[in-house]
Order: sequence, then C-alpha cells, then structure tokens
Amino acid sequence: MNEVFSNFDLVLRAFWLTVQIAALSGVVSLVLGTVLVAMRIGPIGVLRQFATTYVTLVRNTPLLVVFIFIFIAAPNVGWFVHTPFLLKGVIAVSLYTSTFVCEALRSGINAVPVGQAEAARAIGMTFSQNLAHVVLPQAFRASVPPLGSTMIAMTKNTSVAAVFGLMEATGRMRFFTNRHADDAVGILIVFAVGYIVIVELISLASYGLERRWRAAR
Amino acid sequence: MRMTRIKATAVATLLALGLAACGNAGSDDDSGPDVKVSDNAAASFPDGSRMKALADSGTINIGVKFDQPGIGFKGATDDMPQGFDPEIGKILAASLGIEPDKIKWTETISANREPFLQKGQVDLVIASYSITDERRQVVGQAGPYYVTGQQLLVKKDSDISSIDDVKGKEVCSVTGSTSLDQIEAKGATPRGFDTYSECVDQVLNGTVDAMTTDGAILLGYAAEHPDDLKVAVDPFSEERYGVGYGKDHPEMCQWIVDTIKKAQDDGDWAKAFESTLGKSGVETPEPPTMDACPAS
Amino acid sequence: MSTSVLFDAPGPRTRARHRAYSVVAIVAVAALVVALVLFLNAKGELSYSLWEPFLTPDFVRVLLVDGLLKTLEMAFSSVVLAVVFGALFGVGKLSDHAWVRWPCLLVVEFFRAVPVLLLMIFIFFFWGITHGDSGRYWTVVAALTLYNGAVLAEVFRAGVLALPKGQSEAAYAIGLRKTQVMTSVLLPQAVKIMLPAIISQCVVALKDTSLGMYVVAPGLTRVGKQIYTQFNNQLQTAIVLAALYVIVNLLLTLVATWLQRRLVGEQKPLDVGMTALVNTGENTGGAAGGI
Repeated sequence: MNEVFSNFDLVLRAFWLTVQIAALSGVVSLVLGTVLVAMRIGPIGVLRQFATTYVTLVRNTPLLVVFIFIFIAAPNVGWFVHTPFLLKGVIAVSLYTSTFVCEALRSGINAVPVGQAEAARAIGMTFSQNLAHVVLPQAFRASVPPLGSTMIAMTKNTSVAAVFGLMEATGRMRFFTNRHADDAVGILIVFAVGYIVIVELISLASYGLERRWRAAR
Repeated sequence: MRMTRIKATAVATLLALGLAACGNAGSDDDSGPDVKVSDNAAASFPDGSRMKALADSGTINIGVKFDQPGIGFKGATDDMPQGFDPEIGKILAASLGIEPDKIKWTETISANREPFLQKGQVDLVIASYSITDERRQVVGQAGPYYVTGQQLLVKKDSDISSIDDVKGKEVCSVTGSTSLDQIEAKGATPRGFDTYSECVDQVLNGTVDAMTTDGAILLGYAAEHPDDLKVAVDPFSEERYGVGYGKDHPEMCQWIVDTIKKAQDDGDWAKAFESTLGKSGVETPEPPTMDACPAS
Repeated sequence: MSTSVLFDAPGPRTRARHRAYSVVAIVAVAALVVALVLFLNAKGELSYSLWEPFLTPDFVRVLLVDGLLKTLEMAFSSVVLAVVFGALFGVGKLSDHAWVRWPCLLVVEFFRAVPVLLLMIFIFFFWGITHGDSGRYWTVVAALTLYNGAVLAEVFRAGVLALPKGQSEAAYAIGLRKTQVMTSVLLPQAVKIMLPAIISQCVVALKDTSLGMYVVAPGLTRVGKQIYTQFNNQLQTAIVLAALYVIVNLLLTLVATWLQRRLVGEQKPLDVGMTALVNTGENTGGAAGGI
C-alpha cells in the first residue's frame, strides 16, 4: 500500500493514459460506427454487405486478437511502424468498438418512428438528407443508453493495451502487484476505485444527455 | 443464406482437416546434448537429505521459463523445454540418477519463482533467476552458474551509444521483469511485452528504439541478425543466475554447487551452453566462480 | 431492403445511379482485396512455410485440443458458475431486506465496473500464482465468473421484474411463501426469457478467455503465441486465431437466435441498465450488449 501511495504520480499518470486512450477511441469509434451504420442501412448493396461482414467479423473476434493484428502482425509487414503506441492503441480499440457503436445506432434507428422517415421522404428528401437531418439526430438520442453502455465497456476494454506495451492503469497495477503480491488487495482497491469513478462519470453523463434530449422530443 | 453459410463452414473445416495431413512444420527439433546419468545415485547421498529423497523417488520437479528462446522455451508441440536453463536442470537431475524424460518441467514466470519454492511446488527453480540479497532472505539460491549484465539491443544505425541516451526513448522488455523497471528508472519509456522475441521484432521493424535485458540473450539475437542489430552500451548491472531451492533444504546448496562445478570442469557446462545460447554464434564464456554455500 | 422506409423505391435514374455507385464500390472493394493480396505476396507473407504449422497434424491438434478445447472449457465453466453467481445476487438484489439488498448491489456494481483484465491480474497474484498450472486456469475462470455473474445478476433481476405482476400475486394468493414464489413461480419463467441473454454472455466469456494470455493461462491465444514465437508467422497466426473465434461465436449466436425464437418469440431481447446509479430499468433494445 505504501508503495502505491509513495508512487502515486505513477498511478495518476497511468489513469491519465487510460483516459486519453478512452477519449480518443470514443471519438474515433463514434465516427467510424456512424459511417458503418450508414453503409449498413443504405441503398448500395455492396457497401451493405461490406459493413455487415466487417461488423460480424470484428464483433466476434476478441479485442486481444485485434491488438495482436495491430501491434504484432502489422509492424511485421511494415505497417504502423512509426505510429506512436497511444495511436495504435486507439486504432485497435476503435476498430473493435465501432462495430458495437454501429449496432447501438442501428437499434436507435429502429426506435425512430417510421412516420418520421416517411414524412422526410414525402417532402422529397434524399437518403442522405433523410439520414442527416431527420433520422440520425433522433437515432443518436434514442441510442444514448446503449451508446453509454458501449462507451463504458470500451473504457474497461482499454485495459487490454496493458498487454501491448502501454503503461495505462491496468499495466501499472500489474507493475505494483508483481512487486508486492502480498499487498494485492490494497492495490486492487486503489485501481478499482479509479475505474469505478471513470465508469460512473460516463454513466452519469449519458444519463444526463438522455434526460435532456428526451425532453426535447 | 444461413444454411449455405453453415455448409460453407463445414466444407472449409473438412478441407482443412484433409489438408492437415500434408503439413510438416517444426519437426527438426533436437533435444540437446546427452547427459550421462549416474547409476545408483541414491546411495551416494546421506540419509534424510532432500537429494536422497529425490533420487529415491526417481523424479524431480524443476521450474523453468517456457517463453524465452535460448534460456528456456517450449514450443506448442514440444514435450520438453529447451534452453540453457533446462540443460543445467538435466545435469543436476543426472547426478541424482534421474533420466531427462523423468523430469517434470513446470512453467514459472518471473513473479512466481519465490512462491513456488516457498510452497514446495517445485524442487528447483532454474529460470534466469538472478541472485539477490532480497531473494536469499526467502529462498535458497546456489550459484551463479552464469553471469551476465543488462544491456541494450539496438539497430545497427542507432545513435544510442551510452545509457544516458535512452532518456525519452521507447525501450522494450518483458512485462514484470526487473530489466523493464530499471530502464524506466533511467528515464526511458518502458514498453512491456510478453516475450523477448516480440521485443526483437519491434526493434527490427523500428517500432521501438531498443530492447533491454541480460546481455547473453541480446548477444544471441544480435548474432541472429548481424546486419541489422548490435548490442550497445556496456553492461549497467550484473545479473548472476542462480539455482533456486527451498529454504527448508539447505543441504541442496552444496550438492548444486558441486554438481555444476564438476560440469564446468568436464565440459558438460560448455556443451550445454554451445547447444543453446551459443547456437547463435556467441562465444562460450569462462564459467563463473560460484559463491560458497551459507554455513548451515 | 426494398421495403426500407429510409429511401423510396428507386426510379430508373436513381437505379442507374445506384448501379454506378455499386460498380464503384465493387471496384473499390475488389481493388482493396487485390492490393492487399499483392502486397502480402510481395512481403512473402503468403509463402507456404508460414502457413505450414496450421496444416501440420501436431499443430492442428495442439491448436484444437490445448487451444480451442481449453478455451471452450474455461468459457463454459465460467458461464455455468456465473449463472449460479448471477441467480444468487440477482435474487439478492430483489430482496425485501436492505441488509441483503445493499451488499448484493455493491458486489454486482463493483464487478461490473472493473475491467476483467484487472480482476484477472488481481486473482492471479492473490491466489493463482502459487497454484501451478491449474491456478492459472482457475484464475481465468474466477475472473470471468465474477464479471459475467455480475452482468447476469442484472439480467436475472430484469427477467424477474419483466414477468407480469399477476404471477407473483396469484402465487401469494394460493399461500406460497416468498422463497417458494421465487423458486417455483418466478425463476422458472424468468430463466426462459433469460436464456438467449445467457448464451450471448457465452460469446463474451469466450472472447474474454483470450485475456488469460496475460497471466500465462492456457487457451487458444496462448497456443497461438507459442506458434508465432516459434515460426515468426504473426500475421498468419492472428488470422487463424480470429477465424476460429469467429466460427465458434457465430455458432453460439445461431443457437441464441434459435432459442430466442423458440422461447421468447419475436419480442425484443432483455436488456439492462449500465450502472446502478442510473438504472432506469427501461427496455432499450439490447443491441449494445455483449461487448
């Protein structure tokens, strides 16, 4: 325990890295997920197929294997060699999370009343106008709770980066327990509290958004 | 649609199984030099000693690394680990009259070597196990049977020439190793991976600036890639590999030291080195002088 | 998708445009694939020697027996244990007594909010490290049990709450006691609704067993790592690993869908809120589950 508190700057720096990975991956996977869902519900068959295949494959692959692709396999064929570790971590987490964002958004789109899309079509909007101005804005609101869960899961998933050279919170926890196995309980509590704080913050934020936006409809 | 997918999967599986008969990967293994197993070993140890008990039981449980080529590595289909540490284990077992195939090899990682010895889960730990005063408080360590020091492995054209140059550089090593902690203390950004070979790949393809661990391991990798890699900077620590044994059996120390001394003198130690770490072209070093055992 | 409400049934001009888009998209996807294959070929990544381990009987056996089978075993045992854990704590969270409800709530929340890998490292250093090979195996099972059990506890609670109120009222009316109502009326019905959710949790558990690599536990990823350490065929190994996981997970998903249809009908699957703090208890359409 003393070891952890006398090196508390290491703990804070580790959580700062966790927050960085999570925040960047959150943004990237939201964008990627939106693109995927647009492909998936769009009128072009090939893109629909492509998006569906991508989502099915990546969703069913463990995140650790996605990391192996990005961190171990890709540099061996000359990709991502000079990409900073943080960015590679963000790429791996985002490739994986975007498929879940896609699914969350799809459930949100399904929740948009059919009349909305029909009305948009009736006034002559094209597919992309329909999506951009009518369906997606509402779908995002309806998707807030599942997106919140996805973001929470993603934050916890950033821990996999520890296996691949990123000293984020879980990697740092291993560093401590490795040296002080008899203090494992105390160390666990310190790091668990860190994660719980982050998770509850995301959860509260998404609840706040949900309530605010629900009133707007 | 769904049915076709299932059929396709089934066909692919069958195809893979059918093809499976033709591959022949990784079948060129050798199991190191033969070690002469002493006959009737049990009689040569005093009654009540741990050595006698082991010789009588005809088997011994040795903890080694499974994931460090050259030191101790076990491939997915291998029955026995290979490397310098397992060879030392075979020499020790042979003096007890135990054949190599009667040895039970247990995988240890850096973090569980002391607990394994303290709880008696293994009889010996031979796993790139540096002798330190802290460790000698809780377990017995006989040796050193090998001395090396922490160094850096870098690309041929790297500008790292002294240990001060690593500040702010990304340096790879194995998660949980003291090497990684020490390089972080020198101001480098530590990149912990699972095995040394992953680190070598990262250095080769330029992902990290250097990797660090004991010089012996690095020399091996440098010899494997003479055009691309070099070992930089003088050793900045001394690692003395010892054989770990349980504190309850202090009599084992003298036996370990005597057996390894004998192997050093009659060339078995050199043979063990040549067939493992020395394979990549590293010159066989002078065997180190071992510490005297604590008076018991 | 001709029935999509998002766009009109296309007229001749739009159809022509869509056809043009499709051609462009096909060309783009095909070009991507061809470029990838050419690139990998140029890098020598398609050479037979790198794929050979996966066609060698010994390695195929190791991959399937020491790898896949162990992974399935770990996932299966942890899901079975997680169902028990989930039932206990799920019912505990529904208890009338605050001194039962609150501890259950805290335990469930804790294990849901903490990364599985963190739990695994803790259990490994706290217990698994001194228990040899089986210690690592059970470290993974224990960590997955705690996490999936906490998730399933929520599922159980939601499943029981989703039942019509009349069920428990009728049970009380014929004189059953609280425990009897739970065990002989509510739980059997709730389990039926929950089965698909339990099976999709199997997919999660199966994927998470791969994390055992960090605590040197057995399993598919670990065998994969041994293979690529030996043959330096990282890309090929990663592709084979991913393919194996995807195949097994797709089979599980098929079973879940089938069960869903048989037992629950076409209604939405059960979903639960994300944390206790803001558990709205609403049915939000569980597409985001299983991450």
